Amino acid sequence: MVSMVIRRVFTAVPLLLLVSSLSFVLLSLTPGDAARQILGTRGTPEQYEALRQQLGLDQPVYEQFWHWLSRAVTGDFGTSIINGTSVAGEIWARLPVTLSLISGAILVSVVVGVAGGVFSAVKDGWLARAIDALVLVVWALPVFWVGSMLVVVFAIKLEWLPAVGYVPLSESPTAWARSLALPVFALSLGSVAAVVKQTREAMLDVLGSDYIRMAAANGIPPRSLIFRHALKNAAIPVVTVVGLQTIGLFGGAVLIENLFAVPGLGSLLVTSALSNDIPAVQAVAVVFTLVVIIVNFAVDIAYGLLNPKLRSS
Amino acid sequence: MTLVAPFTEITDVSGSSSADSRFVRRLLRRPQAVACLVYLAVLAVVAIASPILLPDVAAERAGDLADSLQGPSSQHWLGTDSLGRDVLQRLLVGSQDTLIGVGVALVVVMLLGIPLGLLAGYVGGRLDRTLCWIADLVLSLPAMVLVIVVLSVFSQNLVAAMVTMGVLTAPALFRVVRAATLPVREQLYIAAAVVAGLSPSYIVRRHVLPRIVGPIIVQLSLLAAGALLLQTGLAFLSLIAGPPAPSWGGMVADGVGVMFQQGWLIWPPGIAIALTVLALGLLGDAVRDVSTEGWSPKRSPSRSTKQREKKKGADAPAISVDDDVLLGIRNLTVSFASSGGNVRAAERVSFEVGPGETVGVVGESGCGKTTTALAILGMLGHGGHVEDGEAHFAGQDLLTLSERDIQEVRGSEIAYISQEPMVSLDPAFRIGWQLEEAVRANTPLRGADAKRRVQELLEQVQLPDPTRAARMYPHELSGGMAQRVVIARALAGEPRLLIADEPTTALDVTMQVEILELLRSLQRDHGMAILLVTHDLGVVADICDRVVVMYAGEVVETASVADLFARPGHPYTQALLASNPHNQHAAGMLPTIPGSVPELGAMPPGCRFLPRCTQSTPACELGTIPLLQIGERHESRCVHAREVRST
Ligand code: SF4
Repeated sequence: MVSMVIRRVFTAVPLLLLVSSLSFVLLSLTPGDAARQILGTRGTPEQYEALRQQLGLDQPVYEQFWHWLSRAVTGDFGTSIINGTSVAGEIWARLPVTLSLISGAILVSVVVGVAGGVFSAVKDGWLARAIDALVLVVWALPVFWVGSMLVVVFAIKLEWLPAVGYVPLSESPTAWARSLALPVFALSLGSVAAVVKQTREAMLDVLGSDYIRMAAANGIPPRSLIFRHALKNAAIPVVTVVGLQTIGLFGGAVLIENLFAVPGLGSLLVTSALSNDIPAVQAVAVVFTLVVIIVNFAVDIAYGLLNPKLRSS
Repeated sequence: MTLVAPFTEITDVSGSSSADSRFVRRLLRRPQAVACLVYLAVLAVVAIASPILLPDVAAERAGDLADSLQGPSSQHWLGTDSLGRDVLQRLLVGSQDTLIGVGVALVVVMLLGIPLGLLAGYVGGRLDRTLCWIADLVLSLPAMVLVIVVLSVFSQNLVAAMVTMGVLTAPALFRVVRAATLPVREQLYIAAAVVAGLSPSYIVRRHVLPRIVGPIIVQLSLLAAGALLLQTGLAFLSLIAGPPAPSWGGMVADGVGVMFQQGWLIWPPGIAIALTVLALGLLGDAVRDVSTEGWSPKRSPSRSTKQREKKKGADAPAISVDDDVLLGIRNLTVSFASSGGNVRAAERVSFEVGPGETVGVVGESGCGKTTTALAILGMLGHGGHVEDGEAHFAGQDLLTLSERDIQEVRGSEIAYISQEPMVSLDPAFRIGWQLEEAVRANTPLRGADAKRRVQELLEQVQLPDPTRAARMYPHELSGGMAQRVVIARALAGEPRLLIADEPTTALDVTMQVEILELLRSLQRDHGMAILLVTHDLGVVADICDRVVVMYAGEVVETASVADLFARPGHPYTQALLASNPHNQHAAGMLPTIPGSVPELGAMPPGCRFLPRCTQSTPACELGTIPLLQIGERHESRCVHAREVRST
């Protein structure tokens, strides 16, 4: 357990350094002058000078990065070059929105995915084939397109849910849930499909194993074989896939937030990128990476809990 | 010089061009693969040709505004967008950017993934570990987010975005190439090539690459699908392909903008994207199937295993259920579904086990011993089913019981232990928990009583430290300890019969002796009957009262242990005894009799042992040989049993 924590920290630091230094390196690689390129034909000479200074382009790259890093560790991500607001403040305001979207999607993926996977593993036949087909279709459809279809069906045709927009939890819990329902649904479809598939395969694998047969031969009832023995053993590969899917969900969240006008980090990332607001983009990327690291960490802990061999070694 | 001969032969085996063309031919025999390839080829032609044939579309800012947002018509097959432009034209021209994006990502993935994967797999050691560590690191990054970071600096730059995507997903290909290289490198012909003094780069080009083309294509098609989804996603966000340039993702975004007025517009680009992703995914599937064809075990078509035809009543001979018979098997016939139809693994098997008696079932592997044992418990699994026969136990025919009823029998009436103790226990639960579960499933004991019973069971099987053992996981046990735990679990329900399938085969000699001693003492103390399946006559001599000898799915002799060793009544038994003359059970000692057990489904007519029998006469070829009574509780399936017995 301790060595695992050390290993995680050992990989987390280079990951964060890599991501946070990326835009500095890119800026220095830009042929010509980055500030000029960003402003294009828009800016006045004064704006140009201000931007150069703000981006720190008058200093060497490593100094720019060091400067940024020493402030970033105190939680100061600088100010937006578009509207001059504090990037950190903006991130703090939006982080809960993205986290609720993503945790909703993870929750749905795990609950629906595991239930569907177990069900289709135990009850073979048309359902398994239907799930196979569904998994394939869902995998092929881009998340932003599925989201659009959901809006057409549930918001425009049926008028059950709001099409776009977001209501904070503090304002009205029910409105909050309703505003998140479609985005979470759209975002989770792909990972539900992946979790169903993985769960079914893992369950079939375990249910065919010797220890399940031997337990059955010694009178352990099927219910326990499926829900205790098989499920706990199958959970290990399922946790892996949930972890991988979660990383993928961050990419999906960027698209979904923009489609549904949800004011989270994903929409901040895109609007900032479109306006070349590099400090904001950089900070969002670092925060995303940090969250991904935490997710990986949680997956590792889950492994340890599920697999006694890992725990003792 | 001696190395030359094997090496030339080896070169033929991996001769890449012929192997490749065979691979392609097998791929083209699949309609699914052909359809995908045709679709992708057409798409490539469209992507190249349509911007040339329709030069104005890419820069067209608006069409006929009066004609905007129309559904499909004869002028505009796929309708018009919000600015009156033709959707079909934009879809065709837009395919170019999409494919360029995918192509750029794939090139980067290949340039990084293949050489580094080969290097890591081929060199191994520290380099391998470092590269794997970096690969894991990169794969745990959110790719889309980093691509957007790049686009915030290089605005609207498709190539920069897709190069980044390529770098971030290259580790997936790296892993596949590395994993495929490792075993290839170990193979004999590589060793031969190294000895022959060839350069590593030659070996990789000539021997390693041709073998891993399949996995590489599979992974590339998946990555291409991922790159396509990313490219369209970025265009959807107008981070690339900004207006007026046509792009599939951008067209979806346009469609979303006018969703309330015209729901049609998100369909054409959505279908184009989905079809292309599907084509890539299904192509990958087909390639995987082809490259693993021939050696991958086919999954059994049906998983409903316990379905057994109920016997059709009266014509089955009624048997008298004696008090001194605990388990009475009559005419048990078991068959398995195989590719060439049903094959019988056990045929007309009959024998009895008395209360408290130990009966050995012996024979070489493949003689139907385990099949018989599993059939008794209704646990034949994959494709096996009971064709005919009865298995009377405590007044009921086990073979006619419903799955629910036979579950009641398992564990509490008849318990089972197998030859592999290490894989008989669930690795995820502690020993104590698993035993307690067995106690709860097979007895009315609960809570503290059940816990006490677990302790008692662990003591009964003579584990040195029961309290500690209960807290351990299976992987912490030695083979001998694991077998004791397995026996303890079998004892949990105080069964009247224990079926032990090769209980000592996987253990070393001292363990074997100890486990046999344990079984003997348990039987003495609890009056439990044991049906012991083994190939080892030494074990039989040690603890059995009576013996059933099986050969090629049939019982060929039943006798008391004393009779069997003193006066064997079947040439097969004699051969078994002769091949194990001192009745020793040394580790791994298998009786060796010239010839081998006939394949299931390819039984000789007449006596099944005939091809290997030294005492055969023409009479042995005439029809099925019945089981003959040749002495008191001594039967043999040999036409010359009496002569054989007296020799
Ligand atoms: S029947 Fe004939 S061939 Fe078969 S075992 Fe007896 S002697 Fe040998």
